[in-house]
Amino acid sequence: MSSIGLIISFLFIGLGLIWLLILAIKGREVDRRLIFVFIGIAVSVPLLFKISFSEKATPIVRDVFYKIENLPEGSKVLLSYDYGPSMAPEVEPMSNAFVRHALTKNHKVYFMCLWATGQSLVATAIDSIVKKEFPDKVNGIDYVNIGFKAGGTGVLNVIITDFRKMYLTNVDGVNLDSVPIFNGIKSLRDMDLLVSIGGGFPGVKEWVLFAGAPGNIPTAGGCAAVSAPLLYPYYPRQLLGLLGGIKGAAEYESELKDVYPDRFADMPTPGIAMMGPQTLAHLVVMAFIVIGNIAFFVTRKKKV
Amino acid sequence: MKKQVPLTITFIVGVVLVLSVFFPPVETLGEDFSLFFDIIAVFAFFLGGGNLIRVHTDRISKKKKDWGFSMITIGGFLIMLAAGLFKLWNPGDISADVAATGSLFQLMYDWMFNPLGATMYSLLAFYVASASYRAFRAKNRDATILLVAAFVILLGRTPLGMYATEWIPESFSLLQIPNLAIWIMTSPNLAGQRAIMIGIALGVVSMSLRLILGVERTHLGTDNE
Amino acid sequence: MARSKSISIIILLVVIALFILSWVIKATTFESDPDRISLWFSVRDAFFITMAAFLTLAIFSFLYKDNPYYKFAEHLFVGISAAYWMCVGFWSTLVGNLVPNISETLSTFFKVPYKGFHFTYFVPLILGIILLMRLSSKHGWISRWALAWIVGTTAGLNLIRYLRTDFISQVSNTFVPLLVDWKGVGPFFSDFSLSSTGQFAMTLSNWVIFIGVFCGLIYFFFSKEHKGIFGTASRVGIWVLMITFGASFGYTVMGRVSLLVGRLTYLFKDWLGLIS
Repeated sequence: MSSIGLIISFLFIGLGLIWLLILAIKGREVDRRLIFVFIGIAVSVPLLFKISFSEKATPIVRDVFYKIENLPEGSKVLLSYDYGPSMAPEVEPMSNAFVRHALTKNHKVYFMCLWATGQSLVATAIDSIVKKEFPDKVNGIDYVNIGFKAGGTGVLNVIITDFRKMYLTNVDGVNLDSVPIFNGIKSLRDMDLLVSIGGGFPGVKEWVLFAGAPGNIPTAGGCAAVSAPLLYPYYPRQLLGLLGGIKGAAEYESELKDVYPDRFADMPTPGIAMMGPQTLAHLVVMAFIVIGNIAFFVTRKKKV
Repeated sequence: MKKQVPLTITFIVGVVLVLSVFFPPVETLGEDFSLFFDIIAVFAFFLGGGNLIRVHTDRISKKKKDWGFSMITIGGFLIMLAAGLFKLWNPGDISADVAATGSLFQLMYDWMFNPLGATMYSLLAFYVASASYRAFRAKNRDATILLVAAFVILLGRTPLGMYATEWIPESFSLLQIPNLAIWIMTSPNLAGQRAIMIGIALGVVSMSLRLILGVERTHLGTDNE
Repeated sequence: MARSKSISIIILLVVIALFILSWVIKATTFESDPDRISLWFSVRDAFFITMAAFLTLAIFSFLYKDNPYYKFAEHLFVGISAAYWMCVGFWSTLVGNLVPNISETLSTFFKVPYKGFHFTYFVPLILGIILLMRLSSKHGWISRWALAWIVGTTAGLNLIRYLRTDFISQVSNTFVPLLVDWKGVGPFFSDFSLSSTGQFAMTLSNWVIFIGVFCGLIYFFFSKEHKGIFGTASRVGIWVLMITFGASFGYTVMGRVSLLVGRLTYLFKDWLGLIS
């Protein structure tokens, strides 16, 4: 099914692009809605025919994976959901992979968010992954959701020295002093790993600037592809690793499946699944650039 | 009063927060000031909501263009506000998570906010493709360098790049497209981003100093306001 | 005019009919789903899925041209998102942080732990109310006091953090060894390879980083004319920046496309059931 789909995709889009090239050489204007149709088809067909490819983790992703993997059991991992629905398709696969990995290693997971929209996303992650796939994990003992606080960098400036000054309770209104997972936790400096997942402001950069670097706390990030190039200067000293966009999520999922083949045999891998449409769409965009340039040079030559 | 008081506030808050890094006795005060900032930030959300109501009620009352849609805005706003403030359909009590599963607030988030927000941004994929066809031109050497780098990244970040160049032996593996893409990200991209980052950092430091010392006053607006 | 109005009405009726059809089909499909608890939940969830799909299509309709369905969806989004942030901010920070420090009665009502009366918390309360005065054209000037607090906090926090992490650390990170794993000229050439993990690649990377940062910074130095050696270094800086922007463009395309893939996955999988 996948091979048939791949052939149909290439045939259909290839013929369409050739037609576009002919139009370009003739110097004819192309309606932008036609471009939209091409992209729509380039993304839809691989989805419908389930075209997917295998993935291999790059060093920057592997560094994050093996940091979580090699932490002693029961380590404290803080996951900050700093994104909203606009970034969710890219970033949710990696946040789900982090949750699965951390809980499989029996780490203590602390959920929080610097974006208001993150609070609903954490609630969804807990319901759809923690409660369903890890029913033995107990809220307050193995994981906790402390939710959102307004202020962004102001929040980080407070919790880097005192959690309880900012967070009096968890999202369910239970006093943090009564939550067992918070016993002995005074501030962010007591965490073994900070993982920020997001792509806007505040996001990974703010976690590095206001928490990871000043507190000397190991920090990893998962971000939207748009933000990823801007974070490379922090790697590897201030940021121990980074998952950039859906490719990063796909690489992490593949590493998870390779290391835990039995545990995650049936794990949904939206990141890997999205690489099929991604590949075709990239090819189409590259073809558009080439065809657009051909049209430009042909038109310029005619004018000369 | 209109300018002196805000300038004094900015100066005191800014100095305390800078000093809190160096002097532990001031650290607690710095945390308190950050906490106060966080609380004021919530009032900024209310200001945004209030402004939204003001603009759209003005549009409705004066029957401006598309005033009917303003009713949709206000209707959606009020229903969501009621769902959140009064925790309608929330399975827990008043202390429960506002986004608890089954609450009207979470349902509206899942089935309205989420699809609308995600789809709004997904339109950009079409515009990026359109821009690639219409605007991306290799007019000169610099633009060509940009294009070549973009091509390597576009191909290298997909499995196709791997399949296209996996025949290249290990001793030349730097020329394999995925490895080339990684090299571009971790070397020239890193260098360029770092240069930009250093420049921005200097700009932020300079602007922060200007704001704290009251040299920069544009955020206070004009005296006509 | 009358013709376009009647076409609009016909389109609206078709949309409503398709909505009801989709709702009914989804509801009947749900009935056979063992996870569904009752008919009410099937009908309710089918309505929500159909509504989300139609809102998605309404936004996508903008790609053809601006139309009332897109405007409806856009205006709805604006209203809902403003209220969302207000509600979450209210419960998380006002009830979670302000109330426990100013009123025992309110703390008991909202079931949050009372931390004792701290009069200093009236500062953000008063400043917050002052901020809301911005809505008044006559008294809006006083909101500058609250804005001043916000600006002061941001400036104070950013000054040191950006200086430390984005300036000092970045300069420090740029001082990388320009000869990696050096064993001598002989071994360098005898073991020479273009392997991505080899000595040459790592050495080249460090040279590119060192020279790239240096030349990039030279490009941004506008106080001196870009002539001679300075001009050449500036040119190299531009090339490095062009590669940076090309990489950013590549990642931007990837990011935007994946958002589209996410929405189409919802339409094909959750709504139409074409993929599992």
